[in-house]
Amino acid sequence: MSCALLLLLTSLALAMGTGTAVEIQRPRGVPQSKRQFYEENKPFTCLDGSSTIPFDRVNDDYCDCRDGSDEPGTAACPNGSFHCTNAGFRPAFIPSSRINDGICDCCDTTDEYNSGATCQNTCREMGRKERESLQIMAEITKEGFLLKQQLIHEAKRAQEDKQGKLTELQGSKKGLEGKVEALRTVKETAEDPEKEAKERHLKSWEEQKELIRMEKDKTRMAEAFLELDDDSDGYVSVAELQSHLELDPDSDGSLTETETQVRCLLFLPLKSREDVPPTVQTPEKREDDELSMPPYDTETQSLIDGAYIHLQSLICGPEFIWICRNLEKEIGFDFGPSAEFAYLYSQCYELSTSEYIYRLCPFNRVSQKPKFGGSETNLGLWGQWAGPEENLYSVMKYDHGQGCWQGPNRSTTVKLTCGKETVVTSTSEPSRCEYLMEFTTPAVCQEPASLDEVLHGHTEL
Amino acid sequence: MFGMLWIDVYDMYMCSSSHQYPPDQLYAKEIMFTICTSMRQRALKPGQSPYRALLETLELTNTKLTLQLINDNNKVRLLLELYRLQGNMTRVKINELKPLKPRFEVPDVLINNPPTDLSLLSQDENGVVLSLGADSQWLIVSAKPFRLDIMEGREVLLSLNSRGLLAFEHLRIRKDTAEWVLNVVCPGWLFSPTGPSSISLDFSLPGVEHVYGIPEHADSLKLKTTDGGDPYRLFNLDVFQYELFNPMALYGAIPVMLSHSAQRTMGIFWLNAAETWVDISSNTAGKTVFGQMLDYVQGSSETPQTDVRWISESGIIDVFIMLGPTPTDVFSQYASLTGTQAFPPLSALAYHQCRWNYNDQEDVAAVDQGFDEHDIPYDFIWLDIEHTDGKRYFTWDPHKFPQPKDMLQGLMDKRRKMVTIVDPHIKVDSSYKIHNEIRSKGFYVKNKDGGDYEGWCWPGNSGYPDFTNPEMRAWWASMFAYDQYEGSMENMYTWNDMNEPSVFNGPEVTMHKDALHGNWENRDLHNLYGLYVQMATAEGLIERSGGVERPFVLTRAFFAGSQRYGAVWTGDNTAEWEHLKISIPMCLSLGLVGVSFCGADVGGFFKSPSTELLVRWYQTGAYQPFFRAHAHLDTPRREPWLFGPENTALIREAVRQRYALLPYWYQLFYHAHHSGQPVMRPLWVEYPQDTATFSMDDQFLLGEDLLVHPVTEEGGRGVTAYLPGKGEVWFDVHTFQKHNGAQNLYIPVTISSIPVFQRGGSIIPRKARVRRSSSCMEHDPYTLFVALSPKRFAQGELYIDDGHTFNFDKQKQFIHRRLSFANKALNLAPGSQFITPSWIEKIVILGASKPSKATLKTPDGKENLLEFEFDASMSVLTLRKPGVNAGVDWTVVLQ
Repeated sequence: MSCALLLLLTSLALAMGTGTAVEIQRPRGVPQSKRQFYEENKPFTCLDGSSTIPFDRVNDDYCDCRDGSDEPGTAACPNGSFHCTNAGFRPAFIPSSRINDGICDCCDTTDEYNSGATCQNTCREMGRKERESLQIMAEITKEGFLLKQQLIHEAKRAQEDKQGKLTELQGSKKGLEGKVEALRTVKETAEDPEKEAKERHLKSWEEQKELIRMEKDKTRMAEAFLELDDDSDGYVSVAELQSHLELDPDSDGSLTETETQVRCLLFLPLKSREDVPPTVQTPEKREDDELSMPPYDTETQSLIDGAYIHLQSLICGPEFIWICRNLEKEIGFDFGPSAEFAYLYSQCYELSTSEYIYRLCPFNRVSQKPKFGGSETNLGLWGQWAGPEENLYSVMKYDHGQGCWQGPNRSTTVKLTCGKETVVTSTSEPSRCEYLMEFTTPAVCQEPASLDEVLHGHTEL
Repeated sequence: MFGMLWIDVYDMYMCSSSHQYPPDQLYAKEIMFTICTSMRQRALKPGQSPYRALLETLELTNTKLTLQLINDNNKVRLLLELYRLQGNMTRVKINELKPLKPRFEVPDVLINNPPTDLSLLSQDENGVVLSLGADSQWLIVSAKPFRLDIMEGREVLLSLNSRGLLAFEHLRIRKDTAEWVLNVVCPGWLFSPTGPSSISLDFSLPGVEHVYGIPEHADSLKLKTTDGGDPYRLFNLDVFQYELFNPMALYGAIPVMLSHSAQRTMGIFWLNAAETWVDISSNTAGKTVFGQMLDYVQGSSETPQTDVRWISESGIIDVFIMLGPTPTDVFSQYASLTGTQAFPPLSALAYHQCRWNYNDQEDVAAVDQGFDEHDIPYDFIWLDIEHTDGKRYFTWDPHKFPQPKDMLQGLMDKRRKMVTIVDPHIKVDSSYKIHNEIRSKGFYVKNKDGGDYEGWCWPGNSGYPDFTNPEMRAWWASMFAYDQYEGSMENMYTWNDMNEPSVFNGPEVTMHKDALHGNWENRDLHNLYGLYVQMATAEGLIERSGGVERPFVLTRAFFAGSQRYGAVWTGDNTAEWEHLKISIPMCLSLGLVGVSFCGADVGGFFKSPSTELLVRWYQTGAYQPFFRAHAHLDTPRREPWLFGPENTALIREAVRQRYALLPYWYQLFYHAHHSGQPVMRPLWVEYPQDTATFSMDDQFLLGEDLLVHPVTEEGGRGVTAYLPGKGEVWFDVHTFQKHNGAQNLYIPVTISSIPVFQRGGSIIPRKARVRRSSSCMEHDPYTLFVALSPKRFAQGELYIDDGHTFNFDKQKQFIHRRLSFANKALNLAPGSQFITPSWIEKIVILGASKPSKATLKTPDGKENLLEFEFDASMSVLTLRKPGVNAGVDWTVVLQ
């Protein structure tokens, strides 16, 4: 009994010593908003209405209310909560089990009034630090948001361009397909062993003429290609394409997907790149050959074959397929509500740690390469946006990476935060083969609230 | 004869070991199986023993009888020594009379071995009769064939060599022709230079149908008969993904068996640290219920009997027979030989959060923060092997843990602690201080050629310090000093893993048997290695605090006596329901033979548990002595808050129940430390005459007052708990519903249910204010739960000390009070040496009737009326705020 009395006395003494004028009449641990329920000298009704007790049982270090509301300032109730005013910083509620547990939880030290813990009032310092960091953050957000507007604008334009290109390409592809079909007939005919030499000869001549026309088509294609190259962030050199395919031995599946639209595979099963003659060299050769009449038989045959393959390489070759596929894929990607993430596409960002170089290629893949030799490990391929419902575009998920021994396939979660720069800021592996990457980009910057608003929203009184 | 025995032992050895071989060694297994099968034909069978006592050599002093035995087949003589020990025990020692060289006798396990009077009652040419003191107990030594019978009145309690399986391979010069065959199979580790040296002895237990103990095995509490199968094997091994319901050897070995019947409990302690096998057979096993009834009706039933045979690969026969007669007596008897459970720091009884691995300091801080954010208490966070610099123990990875003291200080600020792992394999690396010192001091185990023994373990090529050497242990202990173990602080404790020892490229993943510990081969003392590692480590933690602080050390390998040094866990289990279930009998078995501080990895080490399994495992683990969650490196993270808010809440509630009950846990451990009584007990220990309890291992008692029947079935909708005790009552600790004893009670359960019952007649102290760590709760008030017996009586205890030092022992600084409720008054006995600020917050009386008033009387003569609440539907009386200090005398009178 004496114990409780003592606590009550202590509690009053402390409140007068450190409290501000405003809170003198509040029992310990009660927020301003609930002050009216705790009226001195009147019976107290538990906030859940479950029972009514004399006021001297409020904060008497014994739990009388089921909801813990009679002990806002002691640890007596298992479900209670304690309000720290934290003048100078942000007010907070802590579980009442943290009152007098010897650990300083409230920056104003009010939670440790009887534990012997020596706590420093750090509210002002924390408030200052928070204001500073909020200020910095607000500036970043502001600039980031401006950048984001720019990104949105650019993305919109680029998107339209790409759609145009695709339509154009698909159109020219249709034309080419017709020609290929025609040539195929020629080819089949040429292959017929019972054909007359003359006919063959004539055919080959006509085929040559056809070829010349095709050269023109091809030039048009190449122009379109170059045009593309200029416009879309300079990506389509042949070498790049080849190396890309090399990195992606899985391309069969994707090609099949494209098949229905491009229909190239009906003509020729996709061969490995080495089998396709380099498109740049072929036409020159052809032009030389055009002067003399081609001979019969095997030579004619090979020429027809060559032309056929060449033509096919235009519309079925890796470049064409790749361009079409990527355009379609790119147009189909979810680059955010305003395509603000589109600029990340086909870019890569690296972070070097003590052991590894991590590489994030947004909408493509994440990988890890040992700094001092060793092969690269695939940490996951683009999966989907995986943020919480209200903020879907804050997290990217990459999965189906290289398998782990006795474990799952590697996967990476990328957390996006607002920043002026586009940078990978950290990586970790919280669980075996499950990676976590932090990534800043202006694309996630939200429209900034005014700074005053930000700062005021966090201080009571 | 000897050849036959040798073959027999070899046979058993090979068969059992072949069983344990990992699949990639099937080839070897096949060879051995063939050898085994052919050799089994020639195995030694029960029959007339070739041994005869030479009565003319009998010598008797006050406390000891010696007598020579002769093997009539080969004329080799043995020396028998018989002692009667204080506390109703008999020790039987048999060694070669003149061995070629000394045979190994186990040191450092017995703490005490006080002989007492032994007197000769009669003697003739057939044998002698000795008095074993009170209770008209006799020991009869029969000369031909040699056998021993311990009698009480006309009843035989136990016989030795009654089946004639005593066998003793004497040491000799090696010249066995079959040797090369065996060396091909098991190169270098089957034979010692003096040939096979195994020993064997049989014990018959008339009237006994239930035997227990001999951990560690992943098997039922009641030991099974081994007829037609492998014997129970005791050989400390690092077993990968162990199988259940299997007599295969695991990480630890305690060669102690308890026998129990409604009449008597006894124990056999086979003090031998070599590889050991135990065969059990029973004349009632396998009989159908119908057969047993037929026996009963026809009155022709033979007395049930269990026969046990112990075999060890080397050493001597040194067996302690603990005659009970009650379970409590056997625990005291065994404790008087090997010591009691180390009294852990209170916080070690709280919740431990472990994982292989917490990656770095930031990870540790984030997990620590996670517990606070989700308001789940925990006391210890653990670091597995990855925290070290390249698996060099006593070091830190400089990138992941650059500032260990900052990290430890951060934990200390939250009144929490850490455990780091220190394994006994030492990286062979000339730039590693620990290795260099051990090597230069000659402290490594040697191979048979005298060089340092090396094997593969986590760090790669490793040496193994010879922990059997007391100088080595002293040096090892000194390495835990704060200035030696850099980055360590007083809130950092230790975990000894891999101390079987594990040798990845050794036979059966352990040390070669011919490796040398001084003059002894690993074969002789293999099972002791782990005990010594923990002993030296615990000593280090004591020394670093100047002898003030109690240590906390967890070990995986253990032997008889390991209880004195800390906690054990059941090793690398698996996230499967059956593994959750087996945790109960595994810890019960350990508790019966002295090791109370036992737990299984909550959640399961290998694989990933379903959410339901994880929740159920927390609920079960919260009521088992050592409560630690742990997970393999390759498993997804499973901190309690990663499974959605509902499951977080379920886990939080289980952990909070643990914390609220810590005063009771602490008191149980005080008793375990004080008197050797197990903390977690099979029901039969408290209800020794209730045969229904003898095989039960899906529920258990904590102390004598709490009965726990955790839900261990997937999708469980109900459990059937057996509430023992005719005429007793039990109270559901959550609802306060009263149930009668001696019934099977079906309890419907939900995912939040943990069926726990408090015995009517008991008082259990709790701390209702659960905080973020046990240290934060130190000065909190107590709530007393008084469960009345049908006779309206209850008693209990309250034990309080500082929670972490030896002052309770050295300076008697503790409060230990008896609480009793009789004639409607609660009394506390006087006598206190410790001052606590804790007070009595609330008294909840279960099974009460409504009083008209409640008065609190304190020694100063004051009387205060207490307010109370009465719940008539459950008959629960709650006394509001007695407010008295927990250390003073007081009485509450109900009128």
